[in-house]
Amino acid sequence: MLAYAAKRALLAALVALTVSLACFFLVHLSTDIAVAMAGEGARAEDIDFIRKQYGFDRPLGVQYAEWLGRAVRGDFGDSLYFRIPVAKIVWQRLPVTATLGGYAILIALGLSIPLGVLAAMRPNSWLDRLALAIAVVGQAMPSFWFALLLMLLFGVTLGWLPISGSDTQAHFVLPAIALAYYAAPAIMRLTRSGMLEVLGSDYIRTARAKGLRPMAVLFKHALRNAVIPVVALAAVQLGFMLGGSVVIETVFALNGLGYLAWEAILHNDFPMVQAIVLLIALIYIVLTFLADLANGWLDPRIRIA
Amino acid sequence: MAAILAPDDLVAPTPGALMRRRALRHAGLLIGAGVLAAVILMAFAAPLIAPHDPYAQDLGRRLIPPIWHDTGNWSHPLGTDMLGRDYLSRLIYGSRISLLIGFAVMLVSGLIGAALGIAAGYFGGRVDLAVTYLITVRLALPVILVALAVVALVGSSLWLIILVLGLLRWDRFAVVMRSATMQVRGLDYVQAARAIGCSTPRIVAGEILPNVANALVVVATLEMAGAILLEAALSFLGLGVQPPLPSWGLMISEAKSYMFFSAWLITLPGGALFALVLAINLLGDGVRDVTEPEGRN
Repeated sequence: MLAYAAKRALLAALVALTVSLACFFLVHLSTDIAVAMAGEGARAEDIDFIRKQYGFDRPLGVQYAEWLGRAVRGDFGDSLYFRIPVAKIVWQRLPVTATLGGYAILIALGLSIPLGVLAAMRPNSWLDRLALAIAVVGQAMPSFWFALLLMLLFGVTLGWLPISGSDTQAHFVLPAIALAYYAAPAIMRLTRSGMLEVLGSDYIRTARAKGLRPMAVLFKHALRNAVIPVVALAAVQLGFMLGGSVVIETVFALNGLGYLAWEAILHNDFPMVQAIVLLIALIYIVLTFLADLANGWLDPRIRIA
Repeated sequence: MAAILAPDDLVAPTPGALMRRRALRHAGLLIGAGVLAAVILMAFAAPLIAPHDPYAQDLGRRLIPPIWHDTGNWSHPLGTDMLGRDYLSRLIYGSRISLLIGFAVMLVSGLIGAALGIAAGYFGGRVDLAVTYLITVRLALPVILVALAVVALVGSSLWLIILVLGLLRWDRFAVVMRSATMQVRGLDYVQAARAIGCSTPRIVAGEILPNVANALVVVATLEMAGAILLEAALSFLGLGVQPPLPSWGLMISEAKSYMFFSAWLITLPGGALFALVLAINLLGDGVRDVTEPEGRN
């Protein structure tokens, strides 16, 4: 297990390093930053001044090493738009996105695991078809449109929930549902196919044959095994959700990382953009690493391969 | 009692005939293909069927509701937007943008992903390690954020969006093609082709590709649907297709502040997006069911 964990950790660190490279060079190759910073109608002297002042005239490799060196210590420089350290704003906004992601993954799991189990218990029943229909519809629904429809129905027509801002816990309900709907279909499908496979296996037949109660067979024997890949998928989906939160947070004006990223992108605030992309990628890497560990711990076959 | 056998029953149907028979009985596939064909037809025939110029503004005729409202009128069956542009015409022209982006992104990402995936699956070893590593790195990057950032920095255009999304969305092609190729690689006829000295390109083109084609088609449809949704999201956030082009995502974005009083401005383009993506997904799921009925879950 230790060797397996070490191997996974090394891989995660390598991926993180490559991602940081991508974050840095994507920005520097996409545009001439000094020109972007100087704004429209800037004179050539101003652009030159900015280029020298910020050290953009040095080789990219040197700039990358310096950026990474400071990033490792949590220093991403000053925001060009907010004029205060990037790290400070990011830490302020992170809890909002973390809360949103937490609620969303709980809703997604709470909806899709029971639905997946029920669908697998009675394959091809009306319930199974309903679950499949929900998944197919969910995968085709544009997330921002679904969010707007939620706003219209629950915020305006029924007037039950607030539709904009992040002041109270109630403000998180609609965004969390919108974000959860994005991940639920995949989790539901995997739960269903996993349960179907497990329920058809020999040890379940044995458990039934020795007279165990059906509920005990279902939960103690079947679900425990079927849930292993679901854990991994849920971690991955949570990572994707944080990336996708830019859309949902912008719709609901929820003051988290995603909304911050959108503001930063609109205002050419690239130190901020780099920091957020890197942070979301790092969270994803850590989540998948933890999922790998959990998988290896739950299923010894994985850590030997 | 002796049943009379039709001559057809005595001859085993060919795999192709079996597949056709399954396809004609698959409701999802038929509906998906029908809707997609209708949208494609609509996109090509846009100038012929659109009742108005999709860009023509008429501030005297702003926000006319669709005909099912009391104040609707037949000269604008689906109403007009806040600039008085005919909504039906904009919706019809919008299909061109969605289809173009979906198709082009699918081609770019499909080429990259299929090449990487087939190389990894066929050669294995170090090539496989390198490709798997690339996939892991790609998955760690948040697609929508990276796409937004690059489009904002470079300056938005249709071709840039296609390029950026194509360069970002090859991961699923690579994953599926890698495992499909691995399954085929060890089969006898591939070994035989290798034994008689066929070149690698010839084996890949002649033996591997035809056998992973079904999986490729399935991923291609799902990726096309995904690219359409992503373009809509980028345009909705103001960093995709630029006004006055009638992208469905952009139409929703422009109408956002009018939605509380003129809900059709967002329900119609959203519904169009939803229907198109649903149709493509149904088609993809249908193709998978028909080509590999045993792998249906």
